[in-house]
Amino acid sequence: MRYLTDRKRATGWGSSKTGTDHAWSMKVSSVALLILIPLFLITVAPYTGQPYEVVIDHFSRPFPAVIAALTIGVGFMHFKDGVRVLIEDYVHGPAEQWLIIAMTCLCYAAAAFGIIAVVRLAI
Amino acid sequence: MVQLTLPKNSRITTGKTWPKPDGATNLKTFHIYRYDPDSGQNPRVDTYFVDLDTCGPMILDALIKIKNEIDPTLTFRRSCREGICGSCAMNIGGTKSKGHNTLACIYGIDEVKGDIAIYPLPHMPVVKDLIPDLTHFYAQHASIMPWLETKTNRPAKEWKQSIEDRRKLDGLYECVMCASCSTSCPSYWWNGDRYLGPAALLHAYRWIIDSRDEATGERLDDLEDPFKLYRCHTIMNCAKTCPKGLNPAKAIAEIKKMMLERTV
Repeated sequence: MRYLTDRKRATGWGSSKTGTDHAWSMKVSSVALLILIPLFLITVAPYTGQPYEVVIDHFSRPFPAVIAALTIGVGFMHFKDGVRVLIEDYVHGPAEQWLIIAMTCLCYAAAAFGIIAVVRLAI
Repeated sequence: MVQLTLPKNSRITTGKTWPKPDGATNLKTFHIYRYDPDSGQNPRVDTYFVDLDTCGPMILDALIKIKNEIDPTLTFRRSCREGICGSCAMNIGGTKSKGHNTLACIYGIDEVKGDIAIYPLPHMPVVKDLIPDLTHFYAQHASIMPWLETKTNRPAKEWKQSIEDRRKLDGLYECVMCASCSTSCPSYWWNGDRYLGPAALLHAYRWIIDSRDEATGERLDDLEDPFKLYRCHTIMNCAKTCPKGLNPAKAIAEIKKMMLERTV
């Protein structure tokens, strides 16, 4: 039981003066993915099930490789931002910060592995 | 961590079924949430039968009739009985259909098919029966400075406003602070301690957009926060449930747009 006034409870620590950058970055990555995902599907779908040499040959061209790398990179950054909101919504206390750190590391790692895989196919 | 089940002492039990009125032919069944913290018992749902032939047309009429003629211990807020004071906001629905938050005084009994279920506004501490504790909700409203803030010396006569600028307040000033919107918002359920909620944000926008107010920057500064403002995920429950037909989600989107415009 803490003896706080109602106003003190409502105001808390005040505004952190942040949030707009995060919202803007989510918007930008959403628009980018709106363009990238169809391009990724168009460039990759016809090559599913094709022999390894054909796929290697396809990804050695700059356009499909760049689209694939961007989709993976932007996709995981968008995922990172989205999951952060999800964690902030439902998890509170110290676990919240640990989960955000873990999810951020996981997203960076997944994006790095994905992009390196595309680079290895491309060169 | 978010709590997905009710604590043991909050689980609702089946309550008393009150006798049917003698000689009534046009009966409507009401299942009403009852909770008295002084009794130490769990909340329960009591069943009442109301003779519609001797009752007014609105849900509030039935509640008043129950209190006057069947069970005087039933507790609820009411005042204006015409949708202006916002006191009688509660969750009303059928037993088979999902309830929604609205004002009992402007919601017709005939709008619900079959039995009627009435609960207090969701996810708020209950003071007694259908009365939620709105202390924090009102404090959040006070925190957005719901008044005209000016720095210029007061004019001799009045603060002038063009007809076009006054028109911008339409759809905002009508809010009666009934809390139907905020208590229908899942984001407010999970983070109501920090998220201001649709009602407070609609009021914040009403003062931000007021051409006479001179604290627009400070108001936006105060709102720029991942929890105060950006917990709104455009779920739109607020706009769907508002008994006055207002759109708090649009007001919140406008605030977000202003935040962005002054940054990018």
